[in-house]
Amino acid sequence: MHNLNPEDFSCPLPIMEYETIQLAHGSGGRLSAELVSRFFLPRFGNETLNRLEDQAVVDFPQGRLALTTDSFVVDPLFFPGGDIGDLAINGTVNDVCMGGATPLYLAAAFIIEEGLPMATLHRVLLSMEKAAKTAGVRIVTGDTKVVNRGCCDKLFITTTGVGLVPAGVNISAANLEPGDKVILSGTIADHGMAILTSREGLSFASRVHSDTAALNGLVDRMLHASPAIHAMRDPTRGGLATTLNEFAASSGVGIMLEEAAIPVRPEVRGACEVLGIDPMYVANEGKLVAVVPAEVAGTVVDAMRSHPQGREAAIIGEVVAGNRGLVAMRTALGAQRIVDMPVGEQLPRIC
Amino acid sequence: MKFVDEYRDPALAGRLLDEIRQTVTRPWVIMEICGGHTHAIMKNGLDQLLPAQVELVHGPGCPVCVTPVETIDRAVAIAARPEVIFTSFGDMLRVPGSVSSLFMAKSAGADVRMVYSPLEAVALARQNPEREVVFLAVGFETTAPGNAMALLQAKREGLTNFSLLASHVLVVPAIRGLLSSPGNRVQGYLAPGHVCTVMGWREYEPLAEEFKVPIVVTGFELVDILAGLLMVLRQLEAGRHQVENQYGRSVSREGNPAAQRIMAEVFVVSDRAWRGIGVLPASGLVIRDHLAAYDAERKFAVETIKARESELCKSGNVLQGLIKPDACPAFARECTPEHPLGATMVSGEGACAAYYKYHRTSHA
Repeated sequence: MHNLNPEDFSCPLPIMEYETIQLAHGSGGRLSAELVSRFFLPRFGNETLNRLEDQAVVDFPQGRLALTTDSFVVDPLFFPGGDIGDLAINGTVNDVCMGGATPLYLAAAFIIEEGLPMATLHRVLLSMEKAAKTAGVRIVTGDTKVVNRGCCDKLFITTTGVGLVPAGVNISAANLEPGDKVILSGTIADHGMAILTSREGLSFASRVHSDTAALNGLVDRMLHASPAIHAMRDPTRGGLATTLNEFAASSGVGIMLEEAAIPVRPEVRGACEVLGIDPMYVANEGKLVAVVPAEVAGTVVDAMRSHPQGREAAIIGEVVAGNRGLVAMRTALGAQRIVDMPVGEQLPRIC
Repeated sequence: MKFVDEYRDPALAGRLLDEIRQTVTRPWVIMEICGGHTHAIMKNGLDQLLPAQVELVHGPGCPVCVTPVETIDRAVAIAARPEVIFTSFGDMLRVPGSVSSLFMAKSAGADVRMVYSPLEAVALARQNPEREVVFLAVGFETTAPGNAMALLQAKREGLTNFSLLASHVLVVPAIRGLLSSPGNRVQGYLAPGHVCTVMGWREYEPLAEEFKVPIVVTGFELVDILAGLLMVLRQLEAGRHQVENQYGRSVSREGNPAAQRIMAEVFVVSDRAWRGIGVLPASGLVIRDHLAAYDAERKFAVETIKARESELCKSGNVLQGLIKPDACPAFARECTPEHPLGATMVSGEGACAAYYKYHRTSHA
């Protein structure tokens, strides 16, 4: 599933007194300092972080600031196609750039359960390092805490990101107008089903991989094609259906989707069928949905398709004046149905 | 995806719809018994596409919906015991009992876990010998063999800390009850494909004969349902009343004898209360006396349960096909999936939930 990466071999596990995280690693004493200097700095080190001040002081260009924060509590920590580390970088990078902003700096906080193997932490940090490099962002400040066994599940990571919003860009869920086109960047449900199938140990679904990826490169290309993008979000928890319902509610418009236009990989669809889950409600970590004026829709889709994260970009529906606040879908046979907000977690059916 | 795509082919579905339009000459009322059918019909918007003369009414075949409040209350009471790990399929967790649901019990501290198979619950019992593992065994004949197998597996392994809270129901007595009711309007039935995979269709033959209704065993994809409806409508138009099988790729007349044997080994038929309908004779399955050690109802004494139902909820009428969900005054007002008054609003297979999820526009 993963190719061997020569880079991984150049960063051997630092030699430490303990093979697992001890409470003392969070005490603020010698062991804490050692953890930071041997594990964290070699991975994320940059002149700002290396100062180890209580805060990062950075240059910031003139303009509007985009700020976001997100916590990552995924189980299992490692899943097909990714792990909590790249998720924590990509998720926050994506939240920044969905506002049209260029992500610049990240802060990262780690809550570590006592007893976590050092090797596990190292693997997560390597993956964060790689993801940050790919996305072109720097981690400039951070924090680590160690809690008693049982007080958290192995490792929780919170990342905060700031970015710069270019002049002339005004992206908001409240901007939808009737006639706008809805564009999806690729297949849905890959991430959520990768997590679910690895958690449930469904061997037939071994080809289902998370789509975790930073989308700032794709967004950059879209904004170059047209800065007139009305709304943009990455449909993570709650899936595409939830994001579109949020759009419809914020803008007081309806959205009509074409069922046949929404791509789902066959192996993902198979896993959804078996578990009785609707892919419209399943999390994505490397996809975006954008709403753009009809006259620029073609240009934006073409620009997206020229980027690796947007190869399968397609128009999946349009904004309508009627059915205010509701998302509906036209089936291949021409009937319509509501695509509602999920009530809570999707619950697999009995039979 | 093979074995799915060909049964969702819009072109084929379109041809079947044309065929149905040409076949129908007068109004007919057809019931799909199974909640899986109701869900597929609403999801595909078939009610919008069928000719106006064909009225579909939704039957009581949602195991979540017909599980009595008493059973939910009992489940919540057992789950609250400190030694118990309470396991269940996902969609039972949200069903409201008199005062609480299993989800609410979980957040109050009960150890409630969702499983995909009763065998997972057996594994939990094996791994946690100091705890009592209870599985909420609900469903029709589809899930009964798997649940029976889990009990026998636990017995074979000598596990004394595994039990079933069994609330199984049977399809044929329910259809008989509906057909015998003076208010019955249903003229033809789609029989549940999954139940028939286990039971075959022999037991439907006396019903078709006695009540002069056509019954067609039907699968769950778009093309299956349209083909099943076409077969019922052709019989109705021709004045025939036979049992036919649309779901030939899964169902034989005899069903699955091994599954039937295992069910009979563990369960015995008894009278059963159906939520919203009442007691139907010989319509449920209970655990046989010599296996009482695996029967959570007998293992854990629960004080008398005084079940309370919402006075607004009309789910009984919905389950009997007497009214459509959106004819209930509480539909999408007091009763929503967030605050369900009855089980038909909870389960993905419940008719009220299917109407709310897919067709609220026509009402709101």
